[in-house]
Amino acid sequence: MAYNLKEVLNKKVRLSSGHRMCAGCGAPTVVRNVLRALDDEHNAVISCATGCLEVSTCIYPYTAWKNCSFIHTAFENASATLSGAIEAYNALKEKGKVKKETKFIGFGGDGGTLDIGLQSLSGAMERGHDIAYFCYDNGAYMNTGTQRSSSTPHFADTTTSPAGKEVPGKMQRRKDLTEIMSKNNTVYVAQTALVGNLKDLHDKSEKAIYTEGPTYVSVLSPCPRGWGYDPSDLSVISKLAVDTCFWPLYEIENGVYTVTYKPANKLPVEEFLKMQKRFKHLFKPENRWMIDEIQKEVDEKWNFLLEQEKNTHKDNA
Amino acid sequence: MSIRERLSGNEAVATAMKQINPDVVAAYPITPSTEIPQYFSNFVANGTVDTHFIPVESEHSAMSACIGASSAGARVMTATSSQGLALMYEMLNIASGLRLPIVISVANRAISAPLNIHNDHSDSMGVRDSGFIQLYCENNQEAYDNAIMAVKIAEKAKLPVMVCFDGFITSHSIENIELLEDEKVKSFVGDFNPEEYLLDETRNISIGPLDLQKDFFRHRAILSKAMVDSKEIIKEVSDEFYKISSRKYDFIEKYKMDDAIFGIVALNSTCGTIKETIDELREEGIKIGLVKPRCFRPLPQNELADSLKGLKALAVMDKADSINGFSGPLYSEVTSALFKNNVCVPSVNYIYGLGGVDVTKENIKKVCYDLVNIAKKGKSELDLQYLGLEEE
Amino acid sequence: MEEELSKVTSNILKDGNAAHFHTGSWRNKTPIHSKEKCKNCMLCVAYCPEDCIKQKEGVLTDIDLNYCKGCGVCAKVCPFKAIEMDEKKEV
Repeated sequence: MAYNLKEVLNKKVRLSSGHRMCAGCGAPTVVRNVLRALDDEHNAVISCATGCLEVSTCIYPYTAWKNCSFIHTAFENASATLSGAIEAYNALKEKGKVKKETKFIGFGGDGGTLDIGLQSLSGAMERGHDIAYFCYDNGAYMNTGTQRSSSTPHFADTTTSPAGKEVPGKMQRRKDLTEIMSKNNTVYVAQTALVGNLKDLHDKSEKAIYTEGPTYVSVLSPCPRGWGYDPSDLSVISKLAVDTCFWPLYEIENGVYTVTYKPANKLPVEEFLKMQKRFKHLFKPENRWMIDEIQKEVDEKWNFLLEQEKNTHKDNA
Repeated sequence: MSIRERLSGNEAVATAMKQINPDVVAAYPITPSTEIPQYFSNFVANGTVDTHFIPVESEHSAMSACIGASSAGARVMTATSSQGLALMYEMLNIASGLRLPIVISVANRAISAPLNIHNDHSDSMGVRDSGFIQLYCENNQEAYDNAIMAVKIAEKAKLPVMVCFDGFITSHSIENIELLEDEKVKSFVGDFNPEEYLLDETRNISIGPLDLQKDFFRHRAILSKAMVDSKEIIKEVSDEFYKISSRKYDFIEKYKMDDAIFGIVALNSTCGTIKETIDELREEGIKIGLVKPRCFRPLPQNELADSLKGLKALAVMDKADSINGFSGPLYSEVTSALFKNNVCVPSVNYIYGLGGVDVTKENIKKVCYDLVNIAKKGKSELDLQYLGLEEE
Repeated sequence: MEEELSKVTSNILKDGNAAHFHTGSWRNKTPIHSKEKCKNCMLCVAYCPEDCIKQKEGVLTDIDLNYCKGCGVCAKVCPFKAIEMDEKKEV
């Protein structure tokens, strides 16, 4: 069925107003729209890793999780928690104790997913549990005040990779978890962002939730505080991330790569970088090499994806 | 009629789990409890149980999956030892904090470093304040019986339960054991119908919120109260179990304490050796007895004080060290219970058997003669003792 | 409220009850919607982090200031400049 934003917006809201995420935060928009991919008739159990999303959406005695059940246990184990819930569902369904079609969905920030939660995520995927896991990736530990994670972009200034006189920010490239997940028994892997009419996000969420077996989606989730940009720029900065190919939109289905968006006019990465305080030091004349380095990395990944797309699609092979 | 069998401790526990037929078991292999998930996987593979088994990638995930499953409304069991229990530490507290009736069997083993796979109690003692009810077992029969009772206790108390028995000594030794019939166990544990669970189709709930100060304090106080209240439940369930098994379980077991003037307090399999030694010492005319706590959490403080009052000397034997410059954990707790109940007995604490060093009748006799000397002096001048320690 | 909470656990037994918690007091800018300029494309509804822009049958009906934190995402995403941010908390 053709995508229609107006129709999608008529679906059940599963993250209510009254949560306490920062003004302009990308995560609630990501979560609400991911969950709009759920069939209204279907139930959902959501498991969250500790992080901004979890501490701001479920502060006793309130929960912003609506039309779904929610569980948070700890930081590193959202996936293992879901493994348990899903086997409980399978067992109780066999006994006739539960009947409703229920989907099991994980949300974690990049810390709770790429770093401390990686083992639990990898295990759940390897076991083939029918989990759709969404990483809302803002590229640092924002809940504790912007410490570097393995998802922090190269050279970004964070509170534990500060841009100093000797060390110019984070010295390592991002861990590419999307690529790792594609080799982890994960039947569907995708990367998306908040762009345009959210068709890309919606379609990938729907595939992730309704493809049987473990699926993983990485969603760029801009953080005004951690990145240092104006909170109103959520859609602007997401679009730049995508148009510079800093954050390529693509999916891998059973090993087949599809780049779902190819900018007609691929912008230089500095267009994305220059909006953000975390990259401010890169714009000193003597640091030009860092921008060049990032551009090189972006181009490499982009070309890799185009190549993979070409090589993995049967009709092109 | 009950069934006579010869089973190892692990096999006995796995058999109890088979009869309980829980909805979900999530476990990870670790010596010496590995056989439990091994036996159990066989039951799953052969369709002997309806359980969904989750072969997780770590003990942290084992307890996390148990929590997820229990929160979702399933009856859940697992097993582990040593480092596995240590890795679970974070999640043990969350299991109790969320008031989930998870049952874990622990084949007790030493905690690293240095690495050691043999029995002592440093694993379960290390998590004694994690909000789990802790039951300790002398032998295979008790491990089997307590595993069955644990399910019912957990679900009534809305607290997780840890059933502890000695690694190798109990877990791997084959003993005669009396099993209950499958049907009896099934009707004893009954159906699990939780009140608040994720898969409730009549309402959506949220589990595991962020609590600010006042709510947190209140919820933790409610948890603590549940541990106090669980005493009544443990008693009730044990009495009910007696009716189907003719095996009586109390908070503590007293052995020849009626006329005792010397007493030993110890846990688990060592109590077998102690009982036999007591019989020999009694022939020498020494009036000595044993108090074996079955229940360590909740701490049966009144029962301990009642059973130990009037003694002339008391030895508490710890198979775990607190490394606190003072005593082992059992000693601290037993003497606190005595102090709280205005019972004053000259006492001495022995750390013994760490890393699986055998405790012999000679060791126990040494303890007894120390007690005789303490009684003569009317006070204990002995600081923490290391019993059976061989100097290089 | 009391019936939304468990007596035994910290579980919250009513979904979406965060709606009781009004975040509108955080706001230091206020969105002003122009019906004239609005083409009801619904991008603001989809992007609003607070879900406080209401629509009915494809028509934008209301911005619920009880929850609006004044982030201005709606104004930026609007292709028709139909939402403007007023520099005041209340208008």
